[in-house]
Amino acid sequence: MLLTILIDGVTYASWLFIVALGLTLVFGVLKILNIAHGSFYALGAYAAASFVGWGATLQIAPAFSLVAMLLAAVAVAAIMAPLTERGLLRVFYGRDEVLLVLVTYALFLILEDVTKLVWGANPYYVSEPYQLLGNVQVGAQSYVGYDLALVAVAVACGLAVWWGLNRTRSGKIVLAVIHSPEIAASMGVNVSRVYTFAFMLGVFLAALGGALTAPMISVQPGVSVGVIIVSFAVVIIGGLGSIEGAAIGALIVGLARALAVHTFPAVELFSIYVAMAVVLIFRPEGLFQRMQARKI
Amino acid sequence: MTRFATRLRRLVATTAAVAACFAAAPASAQETFRVGIVSFLSGQAAESFGIPAVNGAKALVAAFNAGQAPAPYNQKGFGGLTIEPVYVDEAGGASKQVQELRNLYDREKVDAVVGYVSSGDCLAVAPVAEEMKRFLILYDCGTPRIFEERSYSYVFRTASHATMDNVSLARYLRARNVKVETINMVNQDYAWGHDSREDFLLAMEQLYKGAKLQADLLPKFGAGQYGTEISALLARPADIVHSSLWGGDLQAFMLQAGARGVFQKQQGVLSAADHVLPGLGEKMPNGVILGARGAYGLLSPKSPLNDWWWDVYGKANNGAYPVQAPYRMAQALLGLKLAVEKAMAANGGKKPTPEQLAAALRNSEWESPAGRIRMVLGNGHQAIQDTAIGRTRWDAARKMVVLDDIQRFPAECVNPPANMKSNDWLKGNFPGAKC
Repeated sequence: MLLTILIDGVTYASWLFIVALGLTLVFGVLKILNIAHGSFYALGAYAAASFVGWGATLQIAPAFSLVAMLLAAVAVAAIMAPLTERGLLRVFYGRDEVLLVLVTYALFLILEDVTKLVWGANPYYVSEPYQLLGNVQVGAQSYVGYDLALVAVAVACGLAVWWGLNRTRSGKIVLAVIHSPEIAASMGVNVSRVYTFAFMLGVFLAALGGALTAPMISVQPGVSVGVIIVSFAVVIIGGLGSIEGAAIGALIVGLARALAVHTFPAVELFSIYVAMAVVLIFRPEGLFQRMQARKI
Repeated sequence: MTRFATRLRRLVATTAAVAACFAAAPASAQETFRVGIVSFLSGQAAESFGIPAVNGAKALVAAFNAGQAPAPYNQKGFGGLTIEPVYVDEAGGASKQVQELRNLYDREKVDAVVGYVSSGDCLAVAPVAEEMKRFLILYDCGTPRIFEERSYSYVFRTASHATMDNVSLARYLRARNVKVETINMVNQDYAWGHDSREDFLLAMEQLYKGAKLQADLLPKFGAGQYGTEISALLARPADIVHSSLWGGDLQAFMLQAGARGVFQKQQGVLSAADHVLPGLGEKMPNGVILGARGAYGLLSPKSPLNDWWWDVYGKANNGAYPVQAPYRMAQALLGLKLAVEKAMAANGGKKPTPEQLAAALRNSEWESPAGRIRMVLGNGHQAIQDTAIGRTRWDAARKMVVLDDIQRFPAECVNPPANMKSNDWLKGNFPGAKC
């Protein structure tokens, strides 16, 4: 039972972490609580459905579908991030953070309709990649290999972002912008480019989360809603802008949910927010967010 | 001067009279009956319910206006009045829908509203229509509470409520002697899921005394990820897995549970699943027992009206066949059409008032593609209808899921009688049921 809860909790946390990582990264660098993150997740799922479908039409080997999903996420980031960051968000930089939340909410609503205009309302199925890795028997449970592989993908994403930020020159520049955009700019850093890059990475992670989820679901209108709510819970638990926080937050949410489903299913949803409330009682800024002096 | 003035007066009077005649003629020819049609056009319920229902409405309204429907629905429009639909998105929650309903009546000047998939929306808008004394048909929502908790004069529901769905499933299991000593359940954590869960359990208590409930899962609406729930089902294997999941949630659950072999070990029993069959195709496991909330789609009875409906819907929707949501919309619009025409006949051919319309629909009966609809519950405001249950099978030759081993249930067998609440009927071992 404990092993089952652990596996279920970690696999759920892995999926959640990939999405929440992008959300927390965008907040950390741009100070934007991006509600449209859910829309980029949905776009990733739709793009993956299209790319995998094209691969099947061209009779490319089934294993290509995994590459197609990655390419779909790259395509969404390459198209949507510059359009959104340079075409919309940049206009509102320096304005009240609440206004930016409203702007991203408006974008979320617009993108809901855009996905319907492009892909229609009918569901897309791309379940072939889900069967590619077979099943793994653990005791009485049969797990889909694809679900377990998500854990490895999540770890790789987390480590890559952490390493990129903390061990590379570009990462140091991003950290400098996070610390103080004004001082970084005065030292010759192209802050605008850093913003675009960070936003693109955030969109890529959201789209990757959607692309990886596409084989497990029917891709259809509305997939963007659920993920954004629970991703917010994750980044609030971990501390807005913290990568380690997103990882621990996702684990807390995943394990709390798995424990509830296996022991007292009626409180499944409640369990996530109880975990969040408990963390916030003791750490109002989240687990990994340091108290910050307010700039005047 | 006087003669000129007289001529001028005559000319003006004649011109005015001719103009009045020309003005009056088109007004009478173009008189319309405006119908507000409310269903999910965005969000998670759009793909499975809202958009297919609206597609069905569009096909049907076009056929009505062209006078191409079979008798007794063959008058053009509604009694000669051209039908003018006004489509509204149901997304946004109950408060928004209350405002939208007021807008439909006050600003759009609709003569009737047909709408609402969500039980929460139905519970919110029904008292508003009643207060405004305006005509409203609830076409889809399932909660029995609407007409069991209060009575209405202007509000109707032209489809059976959700009790029928689960009673028919339980009766099917009993009739087919499916072994049920243990039950697992997966239902969404909102009104529909809770009501379905309770109805099925109460029905099973009567038909399978001693059957034990094991995993009793209530994932949130729109969860998408069911890995943990599936582990819980596999950890406590039962004879059957009952679920009232629908739409994207059901599709995701079937894909994920199918991959982990849930339905090879436990009998799947689904209360509202017909609409996912075309999309899931061969990914739908064989042998799953399912209902469609009525004798809809692949469970529908053979009749000329049903053949016509499949033809009209298919031509308008790239050959797709109609599933439960368009069927429910169709039976609402067919009922409304007959009620309008009956009320007009009693009103000297003039457009009826909401009171006249309500009087015409109350306690009425009509043929629908899914069989006869009878407004016999809730003081003549709530319909009952026959239903059917079947088992899935992938037909490789036709490249579609078909339903075998179909059993039909008369309306009185699976719906409570008038003046009895559903829960009391279930707890009392179905008194008055005629099977």
